Amino acid sequence: MMARFLIRRTTFALLLILVSSSAALLLTRLAPGDLTTELGPHATRAEIAAARARFDLDRPPLDQWRLWASRALRFDLGQSMAYGRPVAPLVARAAANSAVLGFTALLVATVLGLSLGIFTGSSRKGVAVSVIRAASVACLSLPPLVTSLLLVFVAARTGWLPLGGMTTTATLAPTWGAWIADVAAHLPLPVMALALPLSATFERLQSQAIGETLHQPFVAAATARGVSRQSAILHHAWPVSLRAICAIYGIVIGALLSGSFVVEYVTAWPGLGRLMYDALKARDIYLVAGCATAGASFLAVGTLIGDLLLAAVDPRVREESAR
Amino acid sequence: MKKSGAALLVIVAAASIAAPVVAPNDPNSRFPDLLYAPPSELHLSSSGPYIYTQRLISRLERKFEDDRSRPVPIRFLTAGRLMTTTERSTPLLLLGADGYGRDIFARLLYGGRATLAVALIATLGAACLGALIGGICGQASGWLDTALSRFSEFVLVLPTIYVALALRAVMPLVLPPPTVFLLLTGIFTLLGWPIVARGVRAIVLAERERDYVLAARAAGAGPLRLLAHHLLPAAGGYVRTQASLLLPAFILAEATMSFIGLGFPSTTATWGTMLQEASNVALLGDAPWTLAPAVAIFLVVLGVNIVVRDVARPV
Repeated sequence: MMARFLIRRTTFALLLILVSSSAALLLTRLAPGDLTTELGPHATRAEIAAARARFDLDRPPLDQWRLWASRALRFDLGQSMAYGRPVAPLVARAAANSAVLGFTALLVATVLGLSLGIFTGSSRKGVAVSVIRAASVACLSLPPLVTSLLLVFVAARTGWLPLGGMTTTATLAPTWGAWIADVAAHLPLPVMALALPLSATFERLQSQAIGETLHQPFVAAATARGVSRQSAILHHAWPVSLRAICAIYGIVIGALLSGSFVVEYVTAWPGLGRLMYDALKARDIYLVAGCATAGASFLAVGTLIGDLLLAAVDPRVREESAR
Repeated sequence: MKKSGAALLVIVAAASIAAPVVAPNDPNSRFPDLLYAPPSELHLSSSGPYIYTQRLISRLERKFEDDRSRPVPIRFLTAGRLMTTTERSTPLLLLGADGYGRDIFARLLYGGRATLAVALIATLGAACLGALIGGICGQASGWLDTALSRFSEFVLVLPTIYVALALRAVMPLVLPPPTVFLLLTGIFTLLGWPIVARGVRAIVLAERERDYVLAARAAGAGPLRLLAHHLLPAAGGYVRTQASLLLPAFILAEATMSFIGLGFPSTTATWGTMLQEASNVALLGDAPWTLAPAVAIFLVVLGVNIVVRDVARPV
């Protein structure tokens, strides 16, 4: 049963990568203008033709796609025109930077959101509950575009945090320890910008879910058996209430990618978002496709993990798909 | 609580619609000596409110000083405006000026028109298209249903901004504002309908077997009539909720696209193009009033979140 569910979802994930990257390639190909504008206005006709031939732009779009796909299957993502380098290492580096940012933000949001949600959902009315709830509704209304700009403003005023970037140029050839410390100093601002709205989402969902679960007979039965309230919440109600969180994890990954694009743009974090934006504007066709492949892979892995989590906490999902 | 959220939305919408009257200045007129000028300080005397002329002391450091020798009175209901000053050298700048010396408050109101119009039309389009496709999916089981459901499931997981970015970036990068308007509403509609369609399909599937629908079918109602008169009205509440969640998402999408330079041209005032001023980190610390559109976005999203409470969804 579980195997069929896994196969179905993995197929979906692979399809997601294939369709997204192919669509990105074909869209860029069909867009007006191509990467030869990067050569400048004084390029000779021969130079332009040579550049077109080098990037398969002289072939029909579907031919180009076929060539690209057959190479991509061998992990050769082609060359970038603007950077004059292979796409794969460029994308890998940017994807790693984005992953550091996204994963940290997801971790912070999950821990913060779930713990606050359990607290507000299971306690009776009180000042702390009202404050958290109000803060949560406010944060829910602060999209990453707004939070990142506000945090950059606060950082500019107070000087508490570096304004942007991932490292400071002063530490160009540092030791590993110094590099990690440098990145860690630059990380809090973009992570907060991304995690604030997300943790509010988690808090609201968890709060509702645990509030509903606490009214279920099995929790009352556990309490009647003499289980303490704390244990009834944490060991009986919480695992069941997790279903609501896991159900939206897949969508959250998409929102996280969207949010991280804006945050990367505002805080100059050298991630996938900025690379793809520049590539799209320069019509750097293989770089666009490479970025789309990496982004779609993140999405595919994210939704797959979400599906697995959902299947782990809710047996109905496994059985339904087996039918 | 719910009323305060609705009131917030009504105020923002009304102020944007009535922009030509509410704004003290023209949104595109430049005051060359007032680049990044702070908001005018309002004073009150027995003869009514007044402000002082802001004199530029240092152009390099953008330092201003109030000329206390001569108060400039604020006039109400003159020259077709709610409140303004009649002196060209001393404009009433409620939220300061931007990098071109333009009134940020006026641009905020006019920008709200563009941003809200894009978001509203796209929301309407997505809701209608989604309800229609969802309804058809629920009615016509079979390959059409499967194909549309798979497609909407696919669009749903894609990160909205990246898709919008890719779709917009493959068009010519510089376009006149009306074309941008159509393009953005079109892209947002395309990205928004699957969310609506998915839920409508589920509702229609469930309602189809209810007695009242069976009765209507027995009375001879065709599939179109069933859909229009019985099944879609049942999904009305759901569509309204989803629409109110799409609206802030589209406001944000417009702001993001214009902010990164792929939306409206920067001469057109929208909340997104205005935020470009705030992206200059070196100036942001000294001119926090350039963040006004970010606050406006926050207020609208907050208003919607208060009205549709208990629906948590990432924007």
